[in-house]
Amino acid sequence: MESHTTETLLRWIVLVPLLGAAINGLLNRRLPRQVAGLLASAAVLISFALSVTVFLRLTGMPAEARFVSDIVTTWIGFGNLQVDLGFAMDPLSAVMSLVVTGVGFLIHIYSLGYMAHDKGSQRFFTYLNLFIFAMMTLVLGENLLMLFVGWEGVGLCSYLLISFWFTDEANAAAGKKAFIVNRIGDFGFLLGMFLIGATLLPHLGGGEGLLSFRVLQQHAGILAPAATAICLLLFVGATGKSAQIPLFVWLPDAMAGPTPVSALIHAATMVTAGVYMIARMNFLFVLTPTAMTVVATVGAVTALFAATIALTQNDIKKVLAYSTVSQLGYMMLACGVGAFSIAIFHVMTHAFFKALLFLGSGSVIHAMSDEQDMRVMGGLRKKLPLTFWTFIAGTLALAGIAPLAGFFSKDEILWNAWNSGNKVLWAIGFIAAGMTAFYMMRLVVLTFFGENRASAEVKSHIHESPATMTMPLVVLAVLSIAGGWVGIPHFLGGGAHFMTWLEPVFSQPAVVAELAHGAVAHGAEAAAHGAEAASHGAEHAGAHADTTMEWILAGASLAWGILGLLAGYFVYARKVSVAESFQKMGGGWPHKVLLNKYYVDEAYEGAIIRPMYRLSKTVLWKWVDVGLINGLLVEGSALVVAVVGSVMRLFQNGLVRFYAWSFSIGVAVFVLYLSFSG
Amino acid sequence: MEITLTHYLLLAAAIFVTGMVGFIVRRNAIVMLMCVELMLSSVNIVFAAFSRFHLDGGGHVFVLMNFAVAAAEAAIGLAILVEIFRRRRTVNVDDLKTLME
Amino acid sequence: MSLITDHILSWVTFLPLVGALLLWTVVRKEAQARFFAMAIALADFVLSLHLWFHFDAGRGDDQFVEKVAWLFNGQISYHLGMDGISLVLVMLTTFLGPLVVLSTWRAVTDRVSNFLGFVLFLQAAMLGTFLARDMLLFYVFWEAMLIPMYFIIGVWGGQRRIYAAVKFFIFTMVGSVFMLVGIIYLYQQSGSMNLADFLNLQIGHEAQLWLFAAFFLAFAIKVPLFPLHTWLPDAHVEAPTAGSVILAGVLLKMGTYGMLRFAMPLFPEGVAFFAPYINALAVTGIIYGALVAMVQPDVKKLVAYSSVSHLGFVVLGLFSLTSLGVAGGIFQMLAHGLSTGALFLLVGVIYERRHTREISEFGGLAHGMPIYATFFMIATLASVGLPGLAGFVGEFMILFGTFSSEAVPHGRLLAVLAATGVVLGAIYMLWMYQRVFLGKLKNVKNEGLKDMSVREMIVLIPLVVFMFWLGVQPGLVLDRIELSIEKVLAPLELDQGGHHALQLDEAAADNPVALIGATVLDTPLDTEGQ
Repeated sequence: MESHTTETLLRWIVLVPLLGAAINGLLNRRLPRQVAGLLASAAVLISFALSVTVFLRLTGMPAEARFVSDIVTTWIGFGNLQVDLGFAMDPLSAVMSLVVTGVGFLIHIYSLGYMAHDKGSQRFFTYLNLFIFAMMTLVLGENLLMLFVGWEGVGLCSYLLISFWFTDEANAAAGKKAFIVNRIGDFGFLLGMFLIGATLLPHLGGGEGLLSFRVLQQHAGILAPAATAICLLLFVGATGKSAQIPLFVWLPDAMAGPTPVSALIHAATMVTAGVYMIARMNFLFVLTPTAMTVVATVGAVTALFAATIALTQNDIKKVLAYSTVSQLGYMMLACGVGAFSIAIFHVMTHAFFKALLFLGSGSVIHAMSDEQDMRVMGGLRKKLPLTFWTFIAGTLALAGIAPLAGFFSKDEILWNAWNSGNKVLWAIGFIAAGMTAFYMMRLVVLTFFGENRASAEVKSHIHESPATMTMPLVVLAVLSIAGGWVGIPHFLGGGAHFMTWLEPVFSQPAVVAELAHGAVAHGAEAAAHGAEAASHGAEHAGAHADTTMEWILAGASLAWGILGLLAGYFVYARKVSVAESFQKMGGGWPHKVLLNKYYVDEAYEGAIIRPMYRLSKTVLWKWVDVGLINGLLVEGSALVVAVVGSVMRLFQNGLVRFYAWSFSIGVAVFVLYLSFSG
Repeated sequence: MEITLTHYLLLAAAIFVTGMVGFIVRRNAIVMLMCVELMLSSVNIVFAAFSRFHLDGGGHVFVLMNFAVAAAEAAIGLAILVEIFRRRRTVNVDDLKTLME
Repeated sequence: MSLITDHILSWVTFLPLVGALLLWTVVRKEAQARFFAMAIALADFVLSLHLWFHFDAGRGDDQFVEKVAWLFNGQISYHLGMDGISLVLVMLTTFLGPLVVLSTWRAVTDRVSNFLGFVLFLQAAMLGTFLARDMLLFYVFWEAMLIPMYFIIGVWGGQRRIYAAVKFFIFTMVGSVFMLVGIIYLYQQSGSMNLADFLNLQIGHEAQLWLFAAFFLAFAIKVPLFPLHTWLPDAHVEAPTAGSVILAGVLLKMGTYGMLRFAMPLFPEGVAFFAPYINALAVTGIIYGALVAMVQPDVKKLVAYSSVSHLGFVVLGLFSLTSLGVAGGIFQMLAHGLSTGALFLLVGVIYERRHTREISEFGGLAHGMPIYATFFMIATLASVGLPGLAGFVGEFMILFGTFSSEAVPHGRLLAVLAATGVVLGAIYMLWMYQRVFLGKLKNVKNEGLKDMSVREMIVLIPLVVFMFWLGVQPGLVLDRIELSIEKVLAPLELDQGGHHALQLDEAAADNPVALIGATVLDTPLDTEGQ
């Protein structure tokens, strides 16, 4: 093992939010609401400051040595199985830490205003801090099992926060659904870990942490034969957490939670955990072209699929939710074509603009007296100017308009998809990008333009949100505009600093690079690029190639995005009849299918949930348990004994004379038998 | 006519059967108890007869012991019956079957 | 002091018995009885702490041994001993003891001193079972446990208490009788009832199969292993809260403990023969228990069926025949004792207030009882094995042990199937939680229910603390059982480091379906002529 720099600050990045949660949770209602909120915000701010401190220390190190770790103790130690309770920060987790604590802090501040009037706001901040704790465990976990701890922890917090307003049956159900669907993904994750463990354990010496990322990377050669299965199983976990097909169903429902939660957990941070995990395990994924293809395909299809649903939704948060699913698809696509650093780049920019959009929608909902249906909104542009302008910034960033943040990251994803050789992936991503611009413009028009369609009662209450809510919007708007400039690619004259920063994480040690090239020899061009991008750094791959094509594609996607926006504006602001004819197209059923989200929930309900319930209740419980096992076998054998007993009982009738008779006859028979048997 | 062992045994059998039949057909517990005594007596006769014909005193010993047993049995049995009669106002055995369950 | 420390195991075992006798004879007044029983239970816990701190984790053999000739010139002896496995179970028992007594403070009002006497008697019998190293002594304790439990269910139970008590008694008896036959057979062979002498016997193959079956049946009923589980839901539903806590917390573990202590090391060939079938039953139990738990209308019955599922994990861990899986199994015994014990206590809390446990009677309880809802949430999460809580470590080690086991066929398939239990666990527990605590407060009878009292919190806080503690620092237990497990499993002659890397060629690696098939079903996929 190489020597590590120990950095005990790391544990405090994780523990301070936990401490905040503990204090808030234990004191609960004894704390004034504002104090609870400030306490929670302070905890995250400290975490952020510590993350920055360690980040700065990392920047001061030579690129290859940027790794600090903090092993607190052995967590599970038995025989040669050793899993440490420890944290580590490298460039990848540094980026994630900054995003999580930074955006997290802004959303805490926003919540101060948003939740000011909620009776349970202490509980809310407890959960929020707990979430930051879990998310930081996920990001900073030194090994795969620590990552899994955070992984389950964020799932729990998501459950608690979605069903935060538990009085509503629907919220409670949505929270439960989120947890259970995530658990299905975790099932794959667990098996992936077992497969890694079972493959690697016999080869480990004492003291080596079995699931430690460093150890796994060093022993990638041993894991290589099982890499495809491992990666596919881990990807099952990622589809659950990052809401990919087929496990995306929980995310739209998760919008039942308070809006800051949607912004923090279900847009900016938690849902990107799947992408983070794949990026973290990049050294295994590059070894398996099959898994990479699966990841890229699922990502691309999800991107398009969710975008089509977003076209028709009427709930402002549902549109953003499907948009999130779609954007997560892009990130997966980036991972699948080997552009891990681009995926993380998009994770970051998406965190900025999607958090902004959610918080903006929260501001709208707040102003509209908790109305979420866009059909009764409209005309809010003038009444909520700050919300409107920041929202526009977020929309443009999401639509991929240069030079906002989303342009650089999305364009890089599409370029890498194109470059991977699989033009279909690129085409799917490209189409979905146009749809993104279109549905976002639809949302903006329905919400902010035209006449307000709400009742007079609601109208009279419309007001701009307080400063605690608008300040985070402004900060996030600035980040959505400028946040992408850290990763301007070379062909545009940028330095691609972001990718350079991440390069040490994604450049493979010799052993992996060699194996990856071996995998290339077996085919699958996706991995060819993956391996190349991995071994040379993604931006070099771009730099060496002819930049003409890159210019053309970038221009095309910019034009395509603008076109989508204009079309959206035209259809929903100028020619509403066109929108209506869309709805009636093809007899109205395409619109209906989209509006009902392709009936996926209904299909799951009918094909899995209800049959399982019936099987359990009727067959297993009533027939097998009560009927067969208990009734027939257990009580049956008791019945046999009882029947025999009750027959025998006839002889015990209490009549002494009957006993005497039977006794006499018995003796007589016995005597006769003796005398005749000789 | 010489009185042989067979005569004794026939007498004993006759008394035993009388006792047994009485025990089975009668319902009065006191009568039944007396029938038991009859059967015991018939056994005593057999013991005594064999003892006489085998010239072995052992039989007599058993007879004496049987007297003791019969006396004790009669005493306890009658005591129980008196007690039962006090509580139940009957000594009909067909009514006394609480031990059935 | 040496009077106590020299015979520490006897003190720990018999102190509750003495307390029970006094409760039945001298200490009859209700209030006195409560404090007296509490004092005894606490004293026993303190005594057992001596064991915890003086236990030498560097040894795998029995410690604190007491051996006195008893019958037949010492062929049968009074022989107690304790290794790491016994240690953790003894600690679990004595730890739950005071909590159980405290939980009855308001719940039991009828013939209090008798009840508490039975609770302490039960504790003594369970401790004896975990400590006995003489087979007759073990059997005496094993059967003695039936008596107090029979009365606890049958006298202080619910509506169908007689049915449940008789069912419990007869089920266990049936199994035990076969084990007794086995014990007598072995006694004839060895001329001693000493466990160590039994271990030295050379038993023929055929005899091992029969004996294993006889022993295993007794333990499997106690666990209970599917399909021998139907006594458990009835017993739990009818038993008073304290009874359920002891039943789930400790009593069921006597079954798995017996498997590990006796059935497995004594009859290795029996293990080899039956392990695949047992694993199949264990996995069936995991899934079946979870599915049936899902549809239960009664909270307590739901928790009871979840026990069937959880104990399936324990049995799977033991019969994965890896030290990792066995350690996970033991850990899961503790975790299950904590989480399910807590769940039963919590069900008791609401039962005291509403006198019903029907899920449909509740809904929205989190409104009026936030503290209760929080405790219930934590217990629920511990039960579904959330990382950071004790349940996760056990499940992880069991599943990992099974997955990497080469001593049993289809280890990977078993682990995959068992892992679905993790998903199902979340479904039934969270669904129940949703229906009981979330939503609107619909039933007027639930309005104005008091939240948990301080006493009720005092009962639950230690459990919650240990759920977290063991979840974060499992080494507390794992370090103490590691060598003992090695020793217990030694007769099985398992290949310790017997894992091997997957032998898959790269062509196969490109075919995900075949590969997952191969890794999951262990179908051989070697194409390089090996």
